[in-house]
Amino acid sequence: MTKPKPPQAPDKRERIARRVAAELAHNSLVNLGIGLPTLVANFIPPDRTVFLHSENGFIGLGPEAPKDAPDWDIVNAGGKPVTMVHGGCYFDSAMSFAIIRGGHVDVTVLGALEVDEEGNLANYMIPGKMVPGMGGAMDLVVGAKKVIIAMEHVNKHGQPKILKRCALPLTARREVDLIVTDMAVIRVAHDGLVLEEIAEDTTVEEVVRCTGARLQIHQKVGEF
Amino acid sequence: MKKIETPAQAVSHIHDGAVIMVGGFMCCGQPIRLTEALLAQGTKDLTVITNDAGFPNRGLGKLVVAGRVKRLIASHIGLNPAAGQKMNSGEMAVELVPQGTLAERIRCAGAGLGGVLTPTGLGTEAETGKRKLEVDGHKYLLETPLKADFALVKASVCDRCGNAFVAKAGKNFNPVMAMAAQHTIAEADRLVLRGELDPERVTIPGVFINTVAVEAAR
Repeated sequence: MTKPKPPQAPDKRERIARRVAAELAHNSLVNLGIGLPTLVANFIPPDRTVFLHSENGFIGLGPEAPKDAPDWDIVNAGGKPVTMVHGGCYFDSAMSFAIIRGGHVDVTVLGALEVDEEGNLANYMIPGKMVPGMGGAMDLVVGAKKVIIAMEHVNKHGQPKILKRCALPLTARREVDLIVTDMAVIRVAHDGLVLEEIAEDTTVEEVVRCTGARLQIHQKVGEF
Repeated sequence: MKKIETPAQAVSHIHDGAVIMVGGFMCCGQPIRLTEALLAQGTKDLTVITNDAGFPNRGLGKLVVAGRVKRLIASHIGLNPAAGQKMNSGEMAVELVPQGTLAERIRCAGAGLGGVLTPTGLGTEAETGKRKLEVDGHKYLLETPLKADFALVKASVCDRCGNAFVAKAGKNFNPVMAMAAQHTIAEADRLVLRGELDPERVTIPGVFINTVAVEAAR
């Protein structure tokens, strides 16, 4: 008889996605970036209707298409065949970015390489190493009413990604509103970063140690 | 009534060194029969304005891999490794443009405007070399029109007047590109007679389209 497996620590990415999903209001229009932010769609509370905007040209983004029946006329921003939910609509790129830049998207959720105290974001290139282009990210960060960064708290070398000043080329200046990581929820205020919540398996000290910027810590720090 | 040609006939006017726009987003809504015909024709030194460098084994991405593109103006090249390699080796010049800015630069060329003011890219490397203007206390970058000799666009259905219906998410850059070129070729999956395409279903007005390309053109 095999022993039952010990309960595993919740997957970091899933934890981040679940916490971001809790931020999304009923009837809001949301754009999710490629990668980790895409997972957020799996955790939207069932009592809320959230419409997803896909910058290549539609509102009403649904789950990925079944492998055996892809519709190549409906792809997500990563080029993968997806489905549409009821109540969606299609439009061209100029309209899509009018929706984005014009302030009609409530929330955009994006990954990041670096974020800093001023709410500056670097997420589109590493000079000499990775220069894929910004795609729609610069427009999304400037145009969306709220910018949420969903990322792991430290990079693969264990170094902080939340810094006093970004060193990499910026995607946008002073546009980030909230940072959700596997360790903490941090709000970008006009005078710096405020630690709002910490993950249940960490401590305030540990979060401070893994953060490269000053965190304002008020009396009540929540837990998630 | 528009000229009806095969993809090979339609691209035969495209010369070496031409500036072309190619519709599509990661091959969705891309006129792949036209890019294939261009590849077969051997046209080179192209300047290509398009959203992305696509995939290495499909559509426009194959022109990049084959070294036919001298200059690429796009928002994203990350899913075609050949694009990054050719950019780094200096074989292909790449201008990266934020996606919404790309759409508006193309649209304003087709709409007779002298440029567009956008907040996108302020305070980033995307503002390098651009004029900054302030309107009602808000700062903007002045982005200039992007025109082309030829636009290659995709339609699900075209009528003989050139009116085009583009299905679903295939629309993307096709309508704005159709407006912004000297000569626009629409690759149609299906050609119908005048009167057979419901005017309510027209994505791209026929006025912007010069040639309709279909496989079985007579």
